[in-house]
Amino acid sequence: MQTLKTLGLAALLAASSGLVHAQDLRIGLQEDPDVLDPDQSRTFVGRIVYASLCDKLVDITPQLEIIPMLATGWEWNADGTELTMTLRDGVVFHDGEPFNAEAVAYNLNRSKNFELSRRKSEVSSVESWEVVDDTTIKISLAAPDATLIAQFADRAGMMLSPKAAEEAGEEFGLNPVCAGPFTFKERIQQDRIVLEKFADYYRADEINFDSVTFLPIPDTTVRLANLRAGDLDMLERLAATDVPSVMSDDGLTMEKATSLGYQGITVNVGNGDRANTPIGTDSRVRRALSLAIDRAALNQVVFEGAFAAGNQPYPPDSPWFNTAFPVPERDVEAAKALLADAGFADGVDVEVQVANNPVQTQVMQVVQAMAAQAGINISLTAKEFATLLSDQSAGDYMASQIGWSGRVDPDGNIHQFMTTGGGINDSKYSNPEVDTLLNEARLSNDTADRKEKYDAALAILQEDSPIVYLYHQVWIWALDNNVLGFVPYPDGMIRLHGVSMTE
Amino acid sequence: MLAFIGRRILIAIPTVILISIFVFTLQHLLPGDPILVMAGEERDPAVIEALREKYRMNDPIPVQYLAWAGAALQGDLGISLRTQQPVLELIGGKLPVTIQLAVMALIIAILIGIPAGVLSAYRKGTWIDWLANIVALSGLSVPNFWLGIMLILLVSVKLGWLPASGYMPLSEDPMQSIKVMLMPAFVLGTGIAATLMRHTRSAMLSVLKSDYVRTARAKGLRERVVLVKHALRNALVPVVTVITLLFGELLAGAVLTEQIFTIPGFGKLVVDAVFNRDYAVVQGIVLCTGIGFIAMNILADAAYRVLNPRMSDQ
Amino acid sequence: MTAVVDPQVLADPLPPRRRNRAWEKFRRNPYALLGGAVVAFFLIVALLAPILPVPGPAETDWSAVRKAPSAAHPFGTDEIGRDVLSRMIWGAQASLLAGVVSVAIAVLLGVPLGMLAGYLRGWTDAVISRFTEALLAAPFLILAIALAAFLGPSLQNAMIAIGLSAMPIFIRLARAQTLSVMTEDYVESARAVGIGHLGLIRRYILPNILPPIIVQSTLTIATAIIAEASLSFLGLGQQPPAPSWGAMLNIAKNFLEQAPWMALYPGIAIFLVVLGFNLLGDGLRDALDPRDT
Repeated sequence: MQTLKTLGLAALLAASSGLVHAQDLRIGLQEDPDVLDPDQSRTFVGRIVYASLCDKLVDITPQLEIIPMLATGWEWNADGTELTMTLRDGVVFHDGEPFNAEAVAYNLNRSKNFELSRRKSEVSSVESWEVVDDTTIKISLAAPDATLIAQFADRAGMMLSPKAAEEAGEEFGLNPVCAGPFTFKERIQQDRIVLEKFADYYRADEINFDSVTFLPIPDTTVRLANLRAGDLDMLERLAATDVPSVMSDDGLTMEKATSLGYQGITVNVGNGDRANTPIGTDSRVRRALSLAIDRAALNQVVFEGAFAAGNQPYPPDSPWFNTAFPVPERDVEAAKALLADAGFADGVDVEVQVANNPVQTQVMQVVQAMAAQAGINISLTAKEFATLLSDQSAGDYMASQIGWSGRVDPDGNIHQFMTTGGGINDSKYSNPEVDTLLNEARLSNDTADRKEKYDAALAILQEDSPIVYLYHQVWIWALDNNVLGFVPYPDGMIRLHGVSMTE
Repeated sequence: MLAFIGRRILIAIPTVILISIFVFTLQHLLPGDPILVMAGEERDPAVIEALREKYRMNDPIPVQYLAWAGAALQGDLGISLRTQQPVLELIGGKLPVTIQLAVMALIIAILIGIPAGVLSAYRKGTWIDWLANIVALSGLSVPNFWLGIMLILLVSVKLGWLPASGYMPLSEDPMQSIKVMLMPAFVLGTGIAATLMRHTRSAMLSVLKSDYVRTARAKGLRERVVLVKHALRNALVPVVTVITLLFGELLAGAVLTEQIFTIPGFGKLVVDAVFNRDYAVVQGIVLCTGIGFIAMNILADAAYRVLNPRMSDQ
Repeated sequence: MTAVVDPQVLADPLPPRRRNRAWEKFRRNPYALLGGAVVAFFLIVALLAPILPVPGPAETDWSAVRKAPSAAHPFGTDEIGRDVLSRMIWGAQASLLAGVVSVAIAVLLGVPLGMLAGYLRGWTDAVISRFTEALLAAPFLILAIALAAFLGPSLQNAMIAIGLSAMPIFIRLARAQTLSVMTEDYVESARAVGIGHLGLIRRYILPNILPPIIVQSTLTIATAIIAEASLSFLGLGQQPPAPSWGAMLNIAKNFLEQAPWMALYPGIAIFLVVLGFNLLGDGLRDALDPRDT
């Protein structure tokens, strides 16, 4: 009898030991997302919400390998112009509509042809598609495109309910209906976004929360204060300078992952009149600037060493990093020599525009101090982001401190910036050799072949340096101790599959 | 009275139009293209063109203004460039938040300011007067964003008494709602308390010297009765009118407070809208605050005339 | 920025003889003296900045990032190793400049407009008054933010933005005072005697509206300094690496726990300077007030 009682008590205790009560996970975001429509959306934080709201055709592992999600398999034909995708059976959208090849076709059409779709360039290689049967769709490309599968691992591959999208049109974002683990409940702008568990999710057993609330809190100090005070369960983008205090806090845990993107100084080498400057016309000046910077010290001073120094579009731990060109140590003498070579032994003036937020201005002030010692006199102009972007696009700048959030496929970090006429090539850099290499690298599906071509392109870019790369951001999450199972991903997303919270 | 109000409203109309034109022009002269920001990192030219067409950015500015004005007269203030939400809805959602903040701040200011003003007027020249004045001036002199940050550090992080940020609608959970707004209301209120105190003091001082107070004293009434029933009541007249005007101040002062405490109110909406070049939102807000301010002015004047019929037309 | 003019600033016009007593009253007023002393102190510090024995405000030292106050750095160092004391001294220049120049702009533009409105009345008055109301209806900080964004973030543009936003106060003040003076008997008699417009303005109006304007200016300088700090806090004022107290606070708020001295000292500095100007303004008002209240 006693044993029974003890067993019973033990069982009760085990059952009530934490998991799966009516649980709400509160996540602190750095910004308020823009419109919640994967085809129209453009913010990083929007994608964090989608990770819980909208499943995609494929997903990635922390090692950036592509794995099945709503699609269970995919096959290329011999010359890489046809992609046949097998879709998961038995999946429904939040409104009960079935997920099938017709739905995928609808979504492809929307991403490609919807007037306000921001995904057009991502699926530009897609020419047509054919619904073979409920679970098979054949996509035809104009030319081989190695980047397409990776695009389906992001917003271009997020599946919206055709019925809801058709009805709502461009207002889809006010009430999004997708096929992810949570459904949309409500949104109060700049205050919160609330999602509720989707009972019919095909992996519902991996989801341990009844609801998720996203709270945008722009001030990093206040966001951390909220976490400490217990008003948040986790937050994204912990300030690097807060890392020591979180590490010494017993009630909090920290997770990190190097991002896919970079921060650097883009130099105007061919965009209008303002390219006629010493730094714009002579690559030696640009290389001198790069040598004058002590990237390790920059990282230490501004980010407590938490971020990753960089000199290429890919972080040093990325498989696409060209190991023949490691991140250089500072070399003021070599910098001065280069400047003297170029005819600027007495120094050279450079105007850099920078976004007027504390972190970027701090970075540039450090760079400014370092460059001065090599004879490069940097003057800073802080601009609001909208103005910065405008001026950069129009060529109204000499150098601009700007970054890129990064893409899973290596093409995404380099092609549009470095090819002649590239969509975001604000420096207007143009080199036919680089063009050939990068265009060819897109066509092949062979990783070794692509690596060769990117390496060759990067070697040329080290000489020309139209962008002086500075560092790679590291995503840092701070979590309450009782949040378990969180896995950090380099794309910065918060995937809640397998995450749980003890009371 | 009705004629007076009617006349004032009539005069106010050209002012409102002036404000809206002024802000509209200013916004469109701002450097930086919202379309570029909206188009996303990839900046697809096709998307940019589509967006420009949709939001009529290719039309000349006067045409754009007339389109906006026409729609506004029918109650349509456009949509937020950032999230597609209708501006009127946005404002409608945020206004109660800022009003709650402003009302709480005003209450705190009244609770501190008026008694302090009465006391220092009554005890003019003594150390109480001196102290109250210094405290009031200090309240005016502290940058409120600094005070806010310091309070968060002390009260939320170190002591854990109050939440550091966020918002809870009054209708949902009154207790939590008040808790969450307490610090920001305090920060906002202390700045206004100082002004209120000085006005109260000044009004009390002139009233205390007046004939009817001397008469009341001569009649032998107890000091407290004189103070409250006669002096204060009359002193409150100019103070009340000041309060109606201070309300406008509060709305503007809420900007930084909301930024720091992350309160999804009016002030934060405006700052974000200006930085994001969200034209329609800024335009809508300025229109509303302009109308609100003018309404307050008219209200203040009317109140003054009602409370003090001896005031002649100016 | 208050749209409500402080009471007692609207003084009754002074007959010229009594102005000599003002200085006496000022000297005996403890507020005024304290305020004057504080303001003078900061002014002197700001002027002497180049010759004071502190490291340069832009001198960085990687090994001394965010160090607590010590003998080498009495107020500690900031986020990239610069001396906080030095930046505060140089920052005084920016803050005081911002305060004084903004108010100068507001006064130079606002007072003539207000006088014009009060003197000429009629249509001129109507137009100017509507214009003033329109400016006042736009919330000050919003106006300042929009103007600063339009002109580009910099200290000069912040000063212009603040000056323009403060202008309506002075228009209103000058107008009210001018109206008040115009109804005085001695002005009527002067007119009857045949003194022209310029003479009237020079001899009667200007001297009488000057005292409240001086008082209001002092008080507005205080508000302008806070306004510059607010704009810098939002990233729209003085740009790095030039120091300004508001900008220092903007950075400091990210390091409240690791380096509280970064926020403490600039905040205290702003507080003291603004308090000084407020006390001075109060003292001036009491001294120039003809009523012995």
